[in-house]
Parts: sequence; C-alpha cells; structure tokens
Amino acid sequence: MKMLPTVIANLFGKAATRNYPFTVRDNFEHARGELINDIKRCIFCGTCARKCPSQCLTVERDKTEGVWTLEFFACVGCGVCVDACPVSCLSQKTSHRPVAVERAVITLRGKMPERPAKKGTPGE
Amino acid sequence: MARTVIPFGPQHPVLPEPIHLSLVLEDERVVEALPTLGYVHRGLEMLAVKRDYNQMIQIVERVCGICSMIHSLCYCQGIEEMMGIQAPRRARMLRVVWSELHRLHSHLLWLGLFADSFGFESLFMQLWKIRERIMDLNEATTGNRVIVSVNVVGGVRADLDESQVRWIKDTLVEVEASIRSLQSTIMNDSTVCKRTKGIGVLTRQAAYDLGAAGPMLRGSGVAQDMRQLKYAGFDELNFEPVVETAGDCWARSTVRFRESLQSIDLVRQALDKLEPGDLAVKAKGKPEGEVITRVEQPRGECLYYLKGNGTNNLERVRIRTPTFANIPPLAAILPGLDFADVPVVVLSIDPCISCTER
Repeated sequence: MKMLPTVIANLFGKAATRNYPFTVRDNFEHARGELINDIKRCIFCGTCARKCPSQCLTVERDKTEGVWTLEFFACVGCGVCVDACPVSCLSQKTSHRPVAVERAVITLRGKMPERPAKKGTPGE
Repeated sequence: MARTVIPFGPQHPVLPEPIHLSLVLEDERVVEALPTLGYVHRGLEMLAVKRDYNQMIQIVERVCGICSMIHSLCYCQGIEEMMGIQAPRRARMLRVVWSELHRLHSHLLWLGLFADSFGFESLFMQLWKIRERIMDLNEATTGNRVIVSVNVVGGVRADLDESQVRWIKDTLVEVEASIRSLQSTIMNDSTVCKRTKGIGVLTRQAAYDLGAAGPMLRGSGVAQDMRQLKYAGFDELNFEPVVETAGDCWARSTVRFRESLQSIDLVRQALDKLEPGDLAVKAKGKPEGEVITRVEQPRGECLYYLKGNGTNNLERVRIRTPTFANIPPLAAILPGLDFADVPVVVLSIDPCISCTER
C-alpha cells in the first residue's frame, strides 16, 4: 500500500518511455560512438594500433602507401586512439555504427606523407 | 526425513550472473549449501603479461561492468603509488564524482533486482527508471553509459564544465526526491518486511569472522568502509559509514538504500570542492615494485595487488573482489532457511560473479 501514491502518480503522469523508433533521443555531445579516420591526414605512424587495448587496429605501410584497418566488431569505443593520435585525424562520432550481421573490417588506404627534403641535398 | 539435493543456478530467474548452489534440503528446509563457481572465468589477470600497463586500465574496467570506474580507479592509484606520483586535486575530486555516481547506479540496480527477487515488479521498474537518469549523467559527462573509461595513470581523461556541474546538481535534486519517495516502500511496506525481516541473519561476530565485506558487513553492525582510507578525494569529504545492526536481508537493503542517498551527498560535496586545475600529471618511467591498494566498491572492499618489474608489462595483477569475500558468509546463513527464501538471501549479498571469477 505504501507504493500507491507512486502508482497513482505514474498513472496520470507523463510516460517514462519513448515511442522508439519513431522518437529517438538525440546523442549527447561527448558520447563516444563510431570511430572514423580522415585518411588523407593520416601519417600511418601506428600509434593508435600500439595503444589500442582491444587490438582492433592495424597499420601497415611501405614507402609510398599506407593501410589502416579497423575491426569494428572488436572496437570497445574507449577513445584511447583518438587521444593518442599525433595529427588528430582520428575522431569519434556521437552515434554508434548500425548493427551488422557479418563480421567485417574497414580498410582505408592512403599515400604516405612526403618527407621534408634532407638538409644539404643538392639543389639547395 | 530423506534428504534431497536441489541444484540452484547457474541459470535461475533471480540470478543476473551464473553461480551454482547445491542445496541439500530436508523437506522444504535448507540443511547445507555448497557453492560452485567457474562459469564465467575469462583470465583477465593473465592479460597483464601481454598488454602494457596503460592498456590494462581498459581491461580491469571490464572485470565488472557495474563498478568499472572503481576498478580502474583502484588500478590507477596502485600504479601511481608504484611510480611515486599523485593525481592532481581536480582529478581526485572528479574520480570521487564518477565513482559515487557508479555506486549510486549500482545500488539502484541492486535494489531493483532485490525487489524483483521477492516479486515486487513495480518497485523494480520504478528504481530502474530513476537509475536511467544516472546513466544519462555518465554518458553525457564521460562518453559511455557503463564502462566510462575516464581514468588514466596520473589523473583523468574527461572534465566537467560549469554547465555540466549545474546539470548534475539539478538532476541529483530530482533523483534524491524520487528515491526518497520510495523510502517507506523499501523500508516499511508490510509485504517487503515479510520477505526480508529476520531472514538470513548474519550476526556481527560471524560477519567479522567469515570476512564479509561492504554492505553485508555493515548490515551486521561493523562500521568498516574502505573510503575511510581517504583515497582519491575522500580525505576532504565528510561522511560516516552507514551501519545497520539487524544483520538480516532488510538491514542489507536498508544499508544500500541509505548509501545511495549518501552517494548523492558525496557527489555534491565533491562538485562543490572542484577547483580549476590540471587533469593529469605525466607518468614517467615504468612501474616497478609491489603494491597493495584498496577501494570501496558498491559491494564492498576491493583489493588489488600489483607487481611491476620495470618493463611495460606488469608481472602480476591479483584482484580480490567483494563478492568473493561474501560467498562464505552466504554459505553460512543459508542452512535453516525455507527453500522459498533462498533467492532473496542469495541476492541480498549482491552477487557479482564475473568480478569474482575475473
């Protein structure tokens, strides 16, 4: 019987739930969701892959091209890579990736940054 | 009377996590209870030799989802002690804010599950509705709802601005009012009292002898709370351990109910004491040596033993969680109870089995 006032308040009060999926709550400004990489700015240093606690990132490179892969099923969304990225090309959206039924990896390819010319090279 | 052995768990409607109890019954009365563990062992402690000490922060958070922040807090303060650094004051206060928000949502979750264990569904939904406000606070301020991932060695990663501090304070006023509106139901309602008062009594001496921890210990009248060790920012905050003397299920739920109000008070105190400052100090070098560090989790005392050998990887991480300490007292209070009271008593220790098995 002690619960009665709460029950009556709920009966005549506003609904506690939302009419999902027709009404969706906005994401919070700082929510950590989908990890994205602006591959044009990426220098393929591999810091994100070394820092990642769930080891979902790999970075491979040769002299001309670099490959950045993300196994998004393994990503825990901690944001450590985003904090560690020296050129800030990694960022997180506030929304999560849509549900997928097949395991996949995201592979992004980019050109290696041009190195500054060494000092004392001919022509200077 | 012939004895019957009834298996209780690992899959049981009342259990959020798998624990198995072999209950030896005479008629409807429990004579003996034999717990069996080992259904969710993940070998997280051994990962310490594979991952570096910074990556371990995200791993120890996953020991237990509900008190993830407090696990990483304990780990980080252990590494900080080993490296001889101290987190800045603002970081320590922010750690208090988030760890108390975790305690608050953990207690609300437990109170709901406990209500559900004796069939009070509407109370369960009411409490989880309140808890959702706290989850929103966590998500908005840190980025994630449950595993907030804010601790780093040397401080914290996230900050609170003025508007967030105001928002947390305003939300907590409403949350406190809604929790208080349920106080008489949880503590005095006749149906609740009938299922909880005088059930599963653990005396003060038995609680102490069997090494009970947290609300289980305080519900039996021992005023022991690891926050009295003044870790993080608790050295500047006023609080007294919440103690009840009855030692039954009612006392344990009352301790948790009063502690959730106390957590609100501690969050307010910590927010008032926030001053501008650094969020983290830089950790230099590699951890070396041995350290034991303790914190108070929602379920009780949590102990971390860390051993570093001057490399990036720790040599040993040993975690002793409160539920592990509370299983012997549980096995001691079950004999003599009616079979119908077993789910309520098992839930009254707030079992977190994935913590226990790591």
